[in-house]
Amino acid sequence: MYHNIEELLALAEERQVPLYKIILENEMLLSEKSEEEIYKGLEERYRVMKTSANKALSKPQETVGNLITGLSHKHSEYSNTENTLCGNYLNKVMAFALSCSEVNAAMGKICAAPTAGSCGILPAVILGVSEKFRLERKETLDGILTASGLGAIIMKNATVSGAEGGCQAECGVAAAIAAAAAVEMRKGTPRMAVNACSLALINVMGLVCDPVAGLVQMPCAQRNASQAVNALLSADLALGGMVCPVPADEVVEAMYRIGKQLPSELKETALGGLAATPTAKKLEYEIFH
Amino acid sequence: MEIIKERDVKIRMDISIFDVVGPIMIGPSSSHTAGAAKLSRVARLIVKEPFTHISFGLHGSFAKTYKGHGTDKALVAGALGLSEDSEALADSFKLAKNQGLEFDFYEIELEGVHENTVKMTLTMLDGSQNVVVGSSIGGGQIEIIEINGFVTNMSLQLPTIVINQYDKKGVISEVSGILAEHSLNIATMKLSRTGKGDRACCIIEIDGEIPEEIEQEIMRNKNIISVKVINI
Repeated sequence: MYHNIEELLALAEERQVPLYKIILENEMLLSEKSEEEIYKGLEERYRVMKTSANKALSKPQETVGNLITGLSHKHSEYSNTENTLCGNYLNKVMAFALSCSEVNAAMGKICAAPTAGSCGILPAVILGVSEKFRLERKETLDGILTASGLGAIIMKNATVSGAEGGCQAECGVAAAIAAAAAVEMRKGTPRMAVNACSLALINVMGLVCDPVAGLVQMPCAQRNASQAVNALLSADLALGGMVCPVPADEVVEAMYRIGKQLPSELKETALGGLAATPTAKKLEYEIFH
Repeated sequence: MEIIKERDVKIRMDISIFDVVGPIMIGPSSSHTAGAAKLSRVARLIVKEPFTHISFGLHGSFAKTYKGHGTDKALVAGALGLSEDSEALADSFKLAKNQGLEFDFYEIELEGVHENTVKMTLTMLDGSQNVVVGSSIGGGQIEIIEINGFVTNMSLQLPTIVINQYDKKGVISEVSGILAEHSLNIATMKLSRTGKGDRACCIIEIDGEIPEEIEQEIMRNKNIISVKVINI
């Protein structure tokens, strides 16, 4: 049916349906599953996402080294105050993302989206949008469908592995597909959704994967929070009419090439970037010795 | 000799949405935890017979960061047959001890492979060894790139049959005949061999679940050394 984002968009525009409809049809053809079975799978993932996005809001999770333990709880409390700069809503979204990251680091159950290191972004965005606009469950699941369809294309044509493409390929792609989901959940056009995807990816291009002590904690949790916000602001830019002049497939290709150009020290090896700072080295020593 | 049949050309996007949003898994890393657990679980399915020791040679990013990502716990969990969403994964070292499975880790440099690659050496009850090399390619997806010296590219996205055979005329056609009798459709088939008339390894991916009894049927051919059905 399609093998890149342009073809997916063309099909949706030709038939005047949202992207998720075409993605659903492709999935039915590919997996030989019924629509009902696919929505059952989406529901199962939604539940895991919701649980992990809420679990650490109230209860800090013990992790190796405890580099991010309690961040979500603390931020959730702050998000309820009158003093925030970004408002209660965006802060709550960040707390959701932090919670998923904390649960993940504690070897708890999460849903990779598209990876475990980036598992907080899509849940934070879809829960945030769906709670704010009181969406039906079906509309929320459609959002997951939009995101996963675009993610499949990026996975096929580029990469979603931090070891291959850096953080831009994990948290960046998560933000890009979550941005498209947010647009479709707000009934934006397929073209707006694709623009949101490109804009979010552009905003994060070049981001390296440099986990302190090799742990999926810092800066992963912070980047889950910031990329959830990137997804929402990119969705807003697209819904407001901003067009990305470079087509989405070329943006994806550029992201992939940048990933290839990054030295291995900056791709999940914990040998460069933030991981190579004296303080990170000291933390690493303290945790593993 | 290489036979590769293209899948239905109508389906261009052949990655399932559930491989993107998913798997539902135990953290912290889809490539270093879930993918690692899947690699050793598949190695266990490939050798099929019980083994007493498994040695993990860690390459690239696996070697550098395995402790922090729980890659070690995940690899042992997979070797015990635990799936990547099992909450018991974090306790795999203890479980291995209880079940009498020994394991060790060492660093290795492999040529031209993915950053997250592991060489698994499984020591069987009779002391013989099986070697399976695989990569965790992101998002919990894996690729088995070598089985006992034979180069492969198994992704295990589909049910798969691994056949060890002598490179003799008619073996392939007999195998495909058996598959046809069971109404199994071949998605891809790849054969690699050490030399003409020598030993060969045949990997067949099937659309849909493969009945286990097919192993005995294929084994009846005298040129077949071993057959393993992997429904994952």
